[in-house]
Amino acid sequence: MIFSSKLIEDAVDQIAGLPGIGKKTALRLVFHLLKQDEKSTVALTDTLLKLRRDIVYCNQCHHISDTPTCNICSSNKRDRTLLCVVEDSQDVLAIENTAQYQGLYHVLGGVISPMEGVSPIDLHITSLLERVAKSEIKEVIFALSPTMEGDTTTFYLTKKLREHQIKISTIARGVPIGSELEYTDEITLGRSIIGRTTYE
Amino acid sequence: MFLEKINLLNFKNYEMLDLDFSSSVNCIVGDNGSGKTNLLDAIYYLSMSKGAFGGGNTQHVLHKEDFFMVKGVFQAKDLDYEVTCGYKKGQAKVFKVNQKQYDKISDHIGRFPVVLIAPNDTDTITEGSELRRKFFDSIISQLDKNYLINLIQYTHHLKQRNSLLKQFAERNFVDRSLIDTYNHKLIALGKAICDKRQEFITEFAPIFREHYQELTENKEITALVYQSQFLEEHYADDFRQALPDDLRLQRTTRGIHKDDYDFLIDDHLLRKFGSQGQQKSYIIALKLAHFDIIKNYTFMKPILLLDDIFDKLDDKRMDKLMRKVAAHTFGQIFITDARPERTQTVFEHIDVEKRIFTIAKGEVVDVMEDLN
Repeated sequence: MIFSSKLIEDAVDQIAGLPGIGKKTALRLVFHLLKQDEKSTVALTDTLLKLRRDIVYCNQCHHISDTPTCNICSSNKRDRTLLCVVEDSQDVLAIENTAQYQGLYHVLGGVISPMEGVSPIDLHITSLLERVAKSEIKEVIFALSPTMEGDTTTFYLTKKLREHQIKISTIARGVPIGSELEYTDEITLGRSIIGRTTYE
Repeated sequence: MFLEKINLLNFKNYEMLDLDFSSSVNCIVGDNGSGKTNLLDAIYYLSMSKGAFGGGNTQHVLHKEDFFMVKGVFQAKDLDYEVTCGYKKGQAKVFKVNQKQYDKISDHIGRFPVVLIAPNDTDTITEGSELRRKFFDSIISQLDKNYLINLIQYTHHLKQRNSLLKQFAERNFVDRSLIDTYNHKLIALGKAICDKRQEFITEFAPIFREHYQELTENKEITALVYQSQFLEEHYADDFRQALPDDLRLQRTTRGIHKDDYDFLIDDHLLRKFGSQGQQKSYIIALKLAHFDIIKNYTFMKPILLLDDIFDKLDDKRMDKLMRKVAAHTFGQIFITDARPERTQTVFEHIDVEKRIFTIAKGEVVDVMEDLN
């Protein structure tokens, strides 16, 4: 793409660096900003800058937070015996939106994958083990993606946690609600047959 | 099941081609370089969604063009299935059956099976163990989807473990429990794959042996033996205890990725001690057993593609094979030959419907029908 202005080119390059945005979309956004009042651009950049400077990660669970300890970890309404281990902050939001879980979280910040250079030391594993050892947690629930890396990470952590007298579980895998059985892929359907639940 | 017609556009050396096939024997004759093998490759493509002789999609496009299309109509149980494959440079390949696109192209493989016998097949015997694993893996994967999934997962975890071993060497630090995690996965998946390979070869070997005896009529004792470290009693402990070696070499030294299949004649390795003739008979018997196995599992006779087979077999073996053709052992057959008069002679005494296509420079110049 050829730009008549170096300023536009730089702005497009910056915006196109964001996930899911190509050069054309970036150019549209740049022109949109230029058409708007200068105030709106200032508001946008200020908000982003403030977000970047002020955001912290919870010193307990590593979830994104406005305060040193996030509002989930500091709430007195949460069940402090339950700990749900997730990959990143987006997963916390997803589970919170289900309104089915009242326990605490622990954000790992990724999954183990030596091919991509992610080792256990790159993840919040030490703090997880400390939390389990020092607090009143009775059950750890693994809610990692059902990929090969997610499974490997769950398996690795399960072994590390086994010395503590706690229950360890993983979220169920199976047929999505409202979908048709015949269209479910064989692996998922096979897993849901193996992991079937007793009807009571 | 057979291929009724094919339609090519810019595929290899064919600019445009439209052919109707016989449901039994189709001979493709023409000079070297005329495009006989490319036609077989197109048929293989329709079945396997990739070329038979390697090379990416771009290498299947006619010189100076930027796309190709292969279209074929298969008939199975009196129903027509139009299979279309289109590829344009820089874009993803599109694969459709009756205008409907596949979610996963791998779902197509095995629907219209083919078995190809080609000149470079003896590589399977003479080259390294990887080709032999590939040969059997591709058959087993078509018959057992779980096997394919296990194999994909094993390969993935193996890559992870090897990356980990490299990291350990760089950082001079070993995380035992992480290695144990990969050991656990690789041992469990490896054992499942090993058991399946063993089970398959037990079923495959007798079928193979029968074909070999029939082709050669002699008393050589052939054996197909599956070799795996995972067949040993302490395979799991051996795998774990190889860690010092693994760390030193920065790769996983034990496991089913080291498996091999021994092709034996009278207790000797064919690869080392077999004559050219023995190797040729062996590979054809392997392919015919492949044919039978698919037929037994799918109740369909795969399309048989015979590329330049006349040059590979002496008259006696050829005669044996042609007797099978005459006995209607096979379904549809495509056979290429550079010498038309030889094809004529071979088929003269065989009572089957056949069509002979003469090809020159990517075009069909003559079609001869012989209904007998």
